[in-house]
Parts: sequence; structure tokens; C-alpha cells
Amino acid sequence: MTDVAPAAQVLRGPSILDRVREWIPAAVLFVGILTAWELAVRVFSIQQFILPRPLAILDQWNLHGTELTAAASYTLVEVLMGLAIGVIGGLVVGVATARFAGFRDAIMPFAVAVNSIPIIAFAPVFNNLFGLDKPLSKAMVAAALCFFPVMINTVRGLLSAPAPAIELMRSYAAPDREIFLKVRVPAAVPYVFTALRVSATLATIGAVIGEYFGAPKISLGQYIVTYTSYLNFERAWAAIVYACAMGIGLYVLVVIAERVLAPWAADRSLSAG
Amino acid sequence: MIDHAASAPVVQLSGVSKSFRPTTPGSSVVQALSGIDLTIRKGEFVSFIGPSGCGKSTLLRVIGDLTPTTEGTVTVNGKPAERARRDRDYGMVFQAPVLFDWRSVQKNVELPLEITGVPAGERAARAKAMLDLVELADFTDHQPWQLSGGMQQRVAIARALALDPAILLMDEPFGALDEMTRERMNLELLRIWERTGTTVIFVTHSIPEAVFLSTRVVVMSARPGRITEIVDVDLPHRRDVETRELERYFELVTRVREALRRGEGNPGTAGQARVRAEGLSA
Repeated sequence: MTDVAPAAQVLRGPSILDRVREWIPAAVLFVGILTAWELAVRVFSIQQFILPRPLAILDQWNLHGTELTAAASYTLVEVLMGLAIGVIGGLVVGVATARFAGFRDAIMPFAVAVNSIPIIAFAPVFNNLFGLDKPLSKAMVAAALCFFPVMINTVRGLLSAPAPAIELMRSYAAPDREIFLKVRVPAAVPYVFTALRVSATLATIGAVIGEYFGAPKISLGQYIVTYTSYLNFERAWAAIVYACAMGIGLYVLVVIAERVLAPWAADRSLSAG
Repeated sequence: MIDHAASAPVVQLSGVSKSFRPTTPGSSVVQALSGIDLTIRKGEFVSFIGPSGCGKSTLLRVIGDLTPTTEGTVTVNGKPAERARRDRDYGMVFQAPVLFDWRSVQKNVELPLEITGVPAGERAARAKAMLDLVELADFTDHQPWQLSGGMQQRVAIARALALDPAILLMDEPFGALDEMTRERMNLELLRIWERTGTTVIFVTHSIPEAVFLSTRVVVMSARPGRITEIVDVDLPHRRDVETRELERYFELVTRVREALRRGEGNPGTAGQARVRAEGLSA
């Protein structure tokens, strides 16, 4: 038969050069904003405690790079701990929730409700609960933030397989375990990655905010708090840039993992995030 | 031509009824099927045709043990339908291709073979043979979403045939395709049916399609779903594009159309009941 598949031509996707070209507008805009910022501060003589110049912030990296990197590493450990706890917990509870209909009916409205409250408000409470100077208390804030999106999306993903797909498997007399592994799990993967992308950002937010309410001096959050109170905004901003880089870096890692592990679903991840 | 009347019965339905419980309080029980008796013999190509909500898809699901009967017995290859399903006697094709995006075309066809524990080498060879049968041998490494709708449905047919099932159950498989592709797929399906000798049970709401493909057309009516007439299609066994131009073909199309109209005869709340039943079977 000769019916053609027009989609077959898009098979290879854009080349690396095309990809680079795609990013040019964004890169130009980014550099443009930084330049405008730098010029605006100089031209209007804005005080550094209101808005420091980008180049002055960059200079902090030369002056205090070691200290900043140490603070960022300390916070990164909390973020990764929190991600691990929240994501693994969310996956486990999500799988159990999807598996047992009774449990699902009981827990899902609760989970959706909790997911829409500001969990970050519990940060000071968690500090008391898990130790003000312990990384665990910040990791738990991060974990609490990640847990619900991962759990909810795991449940939704596992239940997303269309009815005919399940009927097809039943027509082969496939045992439940096979239906779960061959249909439900792969169908859930894109949902879980969506939650992971959100979690990468949330975990960073959770750890840094947790540190604002009390943490060792070496942490990124306390670094920001300390130098803000000294009105040394250039130094505080440098730490903020580190926190931003951490969030973006983790997000990109998740996107790359998705492209490798779930290429059938990953096409829209960077643009639609 | 195979004498179907003489060959062994593959599917025997006797007194099959199926009702759905009301989904909302206050609505009444919907009688989807009522008093269905039917025998389908080895190598036959039988189509179920009828208005939406007449239970033709439900009847297909009852035969395939995807939904239980309320009353009556379904015997497939001399055993209960449930046993037949466990023995993997069925190949199922839906209106949507239901291909898995995370598997290549080849791996989609291998799926039923994986479930039944066929060794990898044999699996690949069998899948290749099936894809060759549906003339998609060049597309084994493609992803499903890279194929056109007609090609995707051919992959679904290859997958359904992978286990060499005694019965191919097809639920409006070409309903979502354009007319041209549909006619080509009809020819394709007849060629496959001829080569494999599988018994085919085919649900459609296209009269020309039912007549063109089938050895028998089972005409159904709604509320409750029941068989109103069975039309024997005495067209030449080997069918091609010219079959659609035979006088006998037009006579049979007319016969089926009239049978459908007779079944629709009941006035009153037919529309309402149909909407309810459709809602349930969807």
C-alpha cells in the first residue's frame, strides 16, 4: 500500500544548528535586559541598596567566590535531600493511591486541597520540628512542597491510560502486573516528569525560604539575610544569583532526563514548562 | 468458496441478554441486549450493523468476554468465553488504533507475544511477518505517531493477528478513516482474511462496508438491542473494486438498508433511549 505518512518527514527533528538558532532571541533579550539594567543604574545613579549593578554583582564572585560556592553547596545538599524524600514519598504514595480505589476516594480530595495551601508557611514550624541548625529541617520543607505535585500527578498518570488500552490488555488475558508495567507506568511517565519539573523549582524555594527562618551562617538563605541586613546588597544579590542558577540547573537536568527516558512525551517541555 | 454452513461453529450465543444498571439514581435499567441467539462458523466474516445504541459493540464485547452477560451463554470454540479469552483465542481491534507511543511499531506488534511469554527472537520474527502481511515491513522502527491513521490501524491489525487468534473482533476499526482510505483498508482486510482464514466479527455502521466485507450481515435494532434480520451475502467470494459495481451488491445494500429501517419502526421515545444507551456504551 502506498498511503504516505507526512509525519515521517519530521522524524529527524530540528538539527543542532536549528536548536541554537531557536535560542538566539531569548539570549539577545537576556543580554539586552542586563545591559539596560547596568546603564539605568549608572545613568540614574541608583543606590546599590536599592538596585545594584549586574557587573557589581558579578564582581562579588571574584571577591567572595569560595564563600558563595560553599553556601550554595550547603543549600544544594538540602535541596537534593528534600527532592529525594519528596519525590520518592510522592511516587510511593501515588502508586498506592492509584492502586486502591477506596484509598483513592479518601485521600485525593485531601491531597488536592493540601496542594493548594501555602505549605511554605510551615517552614518555621519545620525548623522547630527537625532542628533549626539541621539540613533536615530545610530538606523537609522542600520535601513537603514536592510531595503533593508528585503524588497527584503519579495518580493521574497511572489512571490516564485510555479504557481501550486496558481492554486490549484484558483481551490478551494480561495479568494486572503486566497491565501496570506495560501500560499504566509508561502512560504515567510524562505526568511524573511534569511534576518533577515543578518540584525542581519548589525544592529550591523551600530550602532557601526555610533557611531565612534560621540556619547555619554558611547557608545560602542566611547569607542573603545577613548581607541584606548589612545593606550590602551586591553580596546578597550574588547569593540570589546562585539560588537562581540552582533552580534553573535542576530544572534543566529534569528536562534532559525526560528527553532521554521519555522521548515520546518530552517535546513540549522547555517551551511549555 | 468455503461452505460456512458445514464448518464448525466458533461462536455460539444463546439467549444472551445484557442490561446496564442505572448510573444515576432515578434513571431506569437500560436493556442493551435482549434474547440474542446466533451461531458463527469457522472462517466466516460476520458484520453487526445497526443504529447507535443498538448494542452491537456491547455484543462484540460480550463475545470477547470484556463485559459479562446478564443472561444466556456465550460459547467460543466449545468453551465459555472467559476460558477462550484466557486461552488467547481473540484478536481485538478498536476504532482507535490504541498504539503505545513508548513502543516502536515493531514493539507494539510484539506486545501480545511478550505477554504470552514468546521468546524474544521468535517474537521479532513473528512481528515482522505480521507487519509484512499488512505491508508495513518498511516501518518497523518508526514510532506510531509518525504513521498516518490508516497505517496506524494496519499496525493494530498486525498486532491483533500476532497471536494467530481463532477470532478477530473488530469494533468499527475504519470508522475514523476517510472514505478513500477506508475502501482501501476494506480490500486489505479481505486479503488478510483470505490469507489467515481467521473468523472475523466486525462492527460497523456503514451499510456498504458491511455488505462488501461480509459473508453474513447481522442487522440489529435498538431498545432493547436485538437481532432483527440476518442477511446472507451471496456475492462472489473473491471481492475487488468491481464487486461494488455489481447489481447483486446494490440489491444487498438495499436489503440491509430496508432491514435497518424496519428495525427502526418503533415510534415514541426512541431518540431518548438511544441517547441513554449511547452514554453507557461510550
